[in-house]
Amino acid sequence: MAAAESYPDDLRYHPEHDWARIEGDVATLGITWYGQDALGELVHYEPPDVGQRLTKNGSYGEVESVKAVSELIAPLSGEVLEVNQKVVDEPETVNEDPYGEGWLVRIRIGDPAEADGLMDVEAYRAHLASL
Amino acid sequence: MVPFAGWEMPVQYEGIVTEHRAVRTDTGVFDVSHMGELEVEGPRALELLQSALSNDLSRVEPGAAQYTLLTNDEGGIVDDLIVYRLDDFRFLLVVNASNRETDYAWLKERELRGSDVRDVSDGLALLAVQGPRALERLELEPAAPFTFAEGAVDGIPCMVNRTGYTGEAGVELLVPADEAVALWDAVLARGATPCGLGARDTLRLEVCYPLHGQDIDESTDAISAGLGWVCALDKDFVGAEALRRVLQSGPTQRLVAFVMEDKAVPRPGMAIAGGGRVTSGTHSPMLERGIGMGYVNAAAADPGTELSIDVRGRERRARIVRKPIYRREEHARGGS
Repeated sequence: MAAAESYPDDLRYHPEHDWARIEGDVATLGITWYGQDALGELVHYEPPDVGQRLTKNGSYGEVESVKAVSELIAPLSGEVLEVNQKVVDEPETVNEDPYGEGWLVRIRIGDPAEADGLMDVEAYRAHLASL
Repeated sequence: MVPFAGWEMPVQYEGIVTEHRAVRTDTGVFDVSHMGELEVEGPRALELLQSALSNDLSRVEPGAAQYTLLTNDEGGIVDDLIVYRLDDFRFLLVVNASNRETDYAWLKERELRGSDVRDVSDGLALLAVQGPRALERLELEPAAPFTFAEGAVDGIPCMVNRTGYTGEAGVELLVPADEAVALWDAVLARGATPCGLGARDTLRLEVCYPLHGQDIDESTDAISAGLGWVCALDKDFVGAEALRRVLQSGPTQRLVAFVMEDKAVPRPGMAIAGGGRVTSGTHSPMLERGIGMGYVNAAAADPGTELSIDVRGRERRARIVRKPIYRREEHARGGS
C-alpha cells in the first residue's frame, strides 16, 4: 500500500526530493513522498558501500521503478555508516513508509554547517508548489 | 500521458505493477487505438500480400488471422503485424502505430492491378481486453486463438479478435472510432482494470513477444530474431532469398531472453559482454526480478549460458532462459 502524502516537520529537505533527519552528528537520508510518487513502485535500490564518502549534491546511489531510474542526491556530505538492507530486499518499503522503514542510509555528518543550506518543511512545500 | 507515435498515451493509470498483476490474475483493458489498420482488397489482394509478407497467408481461411512480417530485400523487418482474413478477397492488417505510414507506402508501391490498399486507421478504435477472466467478464464464449467473428459487448457491435500481446486469454475488440468511449466504459463497468503502455510492455516482455523498433527492426533479420517460424521460406516474398542464406549459414547473433541473477534492472541499449546488447529490459512483476531480451553471439546463445550486462558501469550477471520467460504454471502465485 502506498503511503498518503506527507512531509514531516522535523526533517530537512533538498530540492531533488531527498530528506535528512539530523540527530547529533548522524543523519538518516531518504526520498520524499513526492519523489517516490513520481517514480512509482520501486523495484530496485542500488545503495552506496558502508564507509563510502558522500558529497552534498552528489549522487550516492540509485532507485528504480519499472519505468524509470533516479539518482539519489546527497543532501549532506558525510561517511556512510549503515545501509537499509530492508529496502535493498524490498524496495517497495520506500513507497509504503518513505520517512520510517523506507530510509536509505545513515551517515556521519561531515560538515554540520551544510544543514543550514537545506529547506525546512514550509520551504519544501513551497518548492513543490512551484514545480 | 506521454507522446507515442503522434498519440497522447497513458503510461499508467493506477500503477504498472498493479495493472500488470490484474492482467495476469483477472482482466485488464488497454486502449490500443493508436495501432494502424490497413485494408487490402481485390481479386489479387492475396497475391500482393503473399509477395510482401513472410508467412504463408494462403493457409489462412476467412475468419482466421495470422502473425507475419513485412520484410525488406535483406530480410530485415519493416514491421510485424497481424493479418485478419475478412473474406476471400479482403484482408485487414493491424500494424504498429509508428510504422503505419511506412507500411502503407510499402504496400501501395507494390500494388497490383486488382489489389487496393487503404489506410482505414482513423475510423477505427481497438481495445484489448486481456486476462484469465476476460471472456467471463465480457460474457464471450471461448474460441480458438487467431480467429475472429462479428460480435457485441453490451449491445455495441464489434469485431471480436482472439489475439493479444500479453500471453493471456482474451480478445481485441475493433470498433468504429465513435463507439470507442461507450465500449471502454462498458468494459470498465464489467470489472476490467484500465492498463497503460507501461504494463503492456512488461506483459509482452515476460512472454517474449518482440517489440518492433526495439527487439526487431529493418536491420535485424527474422532468423536471428527467432521469427523463422513466421517465414514461409518455401514461397517467394521480399527478402526470402536473403533469409534462406541466413538460415543456410546460420545467424551470427541471436535474440535471447534472460533473467538477472544479480539485483539489477536491465534497460534497452545496455551492453552485454562479448559484443551483445540489451534490446528490451524491465523488472518482471511476476518473477520479481530483472528480465530482458537482447542479441548475443549465436555460439553462446543456449539457455543456461551466463551473461554479464553493463548496468551503468557495474557488471551484473544474468542467465539465458528458454522463451517465454514467464509461464503461468511455473510462476503464478495466488494472493498478491
